[in-house]
Amino acid sequence: MKRVYFDHASATPVDRTVLKSMEPYFIENFGNPSSILIEEGAIPHRAVEEAREEIALLVGASKDEIIFTSSATESNNLAVKGLALANRDRGRRILFSDIEHYSIINQADFLRGIGFEIDFVKVDINGMLDMEDLKRKLTKDTILVSVMHANLEIGTIEPIKEMAYFLKEHNILFHSDGAGTCGTIPVNVKDLNVDTMTISPHQFYGPKGIAALYIKKGVRLTPIVQGGYQEMGYRAGTENVPAIVGFGKAARIAMEEMDKRVEKLTLLSKRLWEGLASSIDYIHFTGHPEKRLPGHVSFWIEFVEGESLLLWLNLNSIASSSGSACSSNVLAIDETGLKASHVLTAIGVPPEICHGSIAFSLGKDNTMEEVEHTLSVMPGIVKRLRDMSPLYERFKKTGVRDYKL
Amino acid sequence: MPQGPYSDIVMDHFMNPRNMGEIENADAVGEVGNPACGDVMKLYLKIEDGKIVDAKFKTFGCGAAIASSSITTEMIKGKTIDEALKISNEAVAEALGGLPPAKQHCSVLAEEALKVAIEDYNKKKGSG
Repeated sequence: MKRVYFDHASATPVDRTVLKSMEPYFIENFGNPSSILIEEGAIPHRAVEEAREEIALLVGASKDEIIFTSSATESNNLAVKGLALANRDRGRRILFSDIEHYSIINQADFLRGIGFEIDFVKVDINGMLDMEDLKRKLTKDTILVSVMHANLEIGTIEPIKEMAYFLKEHNILFHSDGAGTCGTIPVNVKDLNVDTMTISPHQFYGPKGIAALYIKKGVRLTPIVQGGYQEMGYRAGTENVPAIVGFGKAARIAMEEMDKRVEKLTLLSKRLWEGLASSIDYIHFTGHPEKRLPGHVSFWIEFVEGESLLLWLNLNSIASSSGSACSSNVLAIDETGLKASHVLTAIGVPPEICHGSIAFSLGKDNTMEEVEHTLSVMPGIVKRLRDMSPLYERFKKTGVRDYKL
Repeated sequence: MPQGPYSDIVMDHFMNPRNMGEIENADAVGEVGNPACGDVMKLYLKIEDGKIVDAKFKTFGCGAAIASSSITTEMIKGKTIDEALKISNEAVAEALGGLPPAKQHCSVLAEEALKVAIEDYNKKKGSG
């Protein structure tokens, strides 16, 4: 059986056209784009600037507002640390949503260590930011808020525009991690009114090892990597030219195909969602039912442990991902790595359960046959795992769960 | 074959668990773990003349937890209680061809399930 890849939130295959566009920049046009006065440098320089233009177009920014970095993680670090450091004279308090990516939340300890105060804003059971909690936690000392545009574990798309307008009224900077949305759904940074936004092409058929940060004109930001004067002084280091070219190409194709992709993904995930809901009992879908990424279906199933489900899906040629740290951290160096997902805990999945959720994130090349194959094997896997679960045995005999819903 | 973090033996026991199920009127039952850790293991034993003549399990948990339970039932069947109690979690992990560091606790859980089951047996015997 051909592999069914439903894990596009982790990585997407590089489009062949994208790969082709990158090839000339390894050998023929290998020059350093900073060596602009010689032909060998001028050619890659032009290619980098053309790519910058495409990425600016993709998110509705101007060309000089796009900075290349090595990853979405670096973009998130540059935005949060850079904005914090450049604005520390205005205040020391920074707010993160409870469901930010590790590349945001794991900055908290470092920032505290250099004198900042970090607090977290709650989300509701659908993973939507709690605006009242945001308002409660804002103080005069607050300089920056970071809320991701869409969460890749539960698919929820956050009301960024609404938050941005509120924060602007209070003169507070706003960063949003757009790794899950840019290139997948229409994003316009001017309309969203964010100060900085992370853009990552390996979510939309571009290469890994490259990403960008949108920095609104006029926003002060301190660079965190010191070196030469690349990227308008915001990010030192010789540009990864082939990857940047691929990024630009992937952005171009994403703009052209977005409507078609969204339409297809919506159709496939609707069938997947409905099929699971009708064939599996005690299934709980996670994330917002409507305001969510197209092609993203996430859930947890009572009396079925997440890793076992993931392994059985894998044995049935289906690639998914699990929100359960139990599986994602199977390579952790010790058992302290096995914490329940902070995202699931934040949306109120019973904390005493490390069941783990499963996320199916579909891509442009998936088919209805693949969805039907998944639907055909899921009930059997769930039954098999429940048949060996002492929790299910007890529930069947007594109707009592080992945890509170 | 799978190329993940688990050995072929772990995957074999995960896919084809031995002795999965319940024993009605078991002489000993041991349940350990809790859903908070992600694993709950329940072991049923049939004991005759101080010897484990049958063993079955039910487990809610990850691949390593299911495989640890499964291989433990194989390792204790036919053994006397004293012999079974000598089986350490290291022996369980070793029989599985090793477990990833973060999953060592699954083999500990199997050892504990066995101990709790035998305590249950001694208690029943004492009161009966």
